[in-house]
Amino acid sequence: MIGSGDILTPIVMGFLLGGLYALIALGLSMVFGVMRLINLAHGDFVILGSYGAYALMSFLGMDPILSLVICIPVMFALGFGVQKYLMGRAFGISMEAPLIIAFGIALIIQNTNQIFWTPLSRGITTSYSLKSFQMGHLQFPLAYLLDFLAGVIVMIALREFLARTYLGRAITAASQDKRAAQLMGVNTNRIHGYAFAIAMASAAVAGVFLGMTFPFTPTSGISFLAIAFGTVIIGGLGSMLGTFIGGIILGMVQTVGGYFFGPATQMLILYLIVLVILTIRPQGLFGR
Amino acid sequence: MPQQALLNVNQIDVFHGTFQALWGVSLEVRVGEMLALIGANTSGKSTLLDSISGLLHPAKGQIEFEGRDMTHLDPYQIVELGITQIPEGRGIFPDVTVLDNLVIGSYNRKARSKREQNLKRVYEHFPILNERKKQTAKTLSGGEQQMLVIGRGLMADPKLMLIDEMSLGLAPIVINELFRALKEIGERGITILFVEQNVRRTLQEADRAYILETGRVVLSGTAAELREEVQVKKAYFGI
Repeated sequence: MIGSGDILTPIVMGFLLGGLYALIALGLSMVFGVMRLINLAHGDFVILGSYGAYALMSFLGMDPILSLVICIPVMFALGFGVQKYLMGRAFGISMEAPLIIAFGIALIIQNTNQIFWTPLSRGITTSYSLKSFQMGHLQFPLAYLLDFLAGVIVMIALREFLARTYLGRAITAASQDKRAAQLMGVNTNRIHGYAFAIAMASAAVAGVFLGMTFPFTPTSGISFLAIAFGTVIIGGLGSMLGTFIGGIILGMVQTVGGYFFGPATQMLILYLIVLVILTIRPQGLFGR
Repeated sequence: MPQQALLNVNQIDVFHGTFQALWGVSLEVRVGEMLALIGANTSGKSTLLDSISGLLHPAKGQIEFEGRDMTHLDPYQIVELGITQIPEGRGIFPDVTVLDNLVIGSYNRKARSKREQNLKRVYEHFPILNERKKQTAKTLSGGEQQMLVIGRGLMADPKLMLIDEMSLGLAPIVINELFRALKEIGERGITILFVEQNVRRTLQEADRAYILETGRVVLSGTAAELREEVQVKKAYFGI
């Protein structure tokens, strides 16, 4: 697609891809916002979601979007458990301990996937994931449109949840002032569990759509962790809209950059933009 | 009736790491009173409030609320019992609206069903919060932010409010308004334990007071008694 002679193609593709990037970044941003933890395992959680959908498709013939009905609750529960039994305790030891635990979890997920699925690259292929849709005189992969829609839906759902429910408000409160939240009766340990669970559930959604868009291997998590970092750095932490726009900017930089300078430079240009923004506006475009 | 004890702090020792901040502190809060805790910086006032709120746990001694031991409860459980601390230093949630700040105050299960009723009360005490309810909390003035944290505490539907240095850095006219609101709140049947540095002002407002010095209670009594007490000067100013 890229280099097909029309600048509109990479612009639209980057825009749509941005929805997926925002979806990947969301969980990273939420965990950092509430727990001040840089979750080094986040990319691997996303890929775990991809393998989950891949397994349900290859063993049970389940449609990947339908498999979210299983992937979301399983990852949610796993996230709650990881926070309660591993991270929560590690926080009691030191600031570095949870970081090391997260790194350990990343290695375990990578190697477990390696044993189960071999290092070969996999992809979630369905009857519709290879189709394309028409916009004007241009054709785009349908998977990119699905990515974007999934990003928008999750983003809006999460925003409404945070703004309207007591649990959502408590998560917001705990991320702004933990002590004050405790004094208002918020059980911050439980809130951390929910925040981690929600982050993993959103990683599951991201993983399923990622798997329909790109091939993945057991070690793909790292590059998507880097993309999630870039998105959060551009958009600024704690802002849902910022994360979304950050994702779109990153997607467009990648595809448009690839269009002009060749696909090999895509990631280089992406990192350069992140570096520039870090230098001139370290709190992100929409950060506080 | 006013002699009945609501909260009993019994001989507590509290540490920050290896530093002992409170030494065998005892204190009684009686139903319906306005009790003051006076002391300079580092006298242990905030440590005492945090111990009651469950943010810190005593190494020795007990804390009882309505006759029930609550020494080892977590902060959220203590809020459910009916004790709310109003943090000093403008402990607002800065990036959400005034209304959202108030709503989070009613987080505990018992307060949720009374949310609208308590919100109406808060607006009666502090009409300015009603006017500013759609504003982001950090855009309020210092005095308004203090009103917001008190209002947010009322939303928790407490029996006992612990108020940490509300007058810190505020203009006298604002402080007057805050004390007027506190009186109204007290008249509605909420017991108040408040912490202050200003001795004279505090003894005008409180029913009784405890004076803390380097983690120990050095004096206590009714405000009238303490006003008379020359030792106030001695204990507090070291004259």
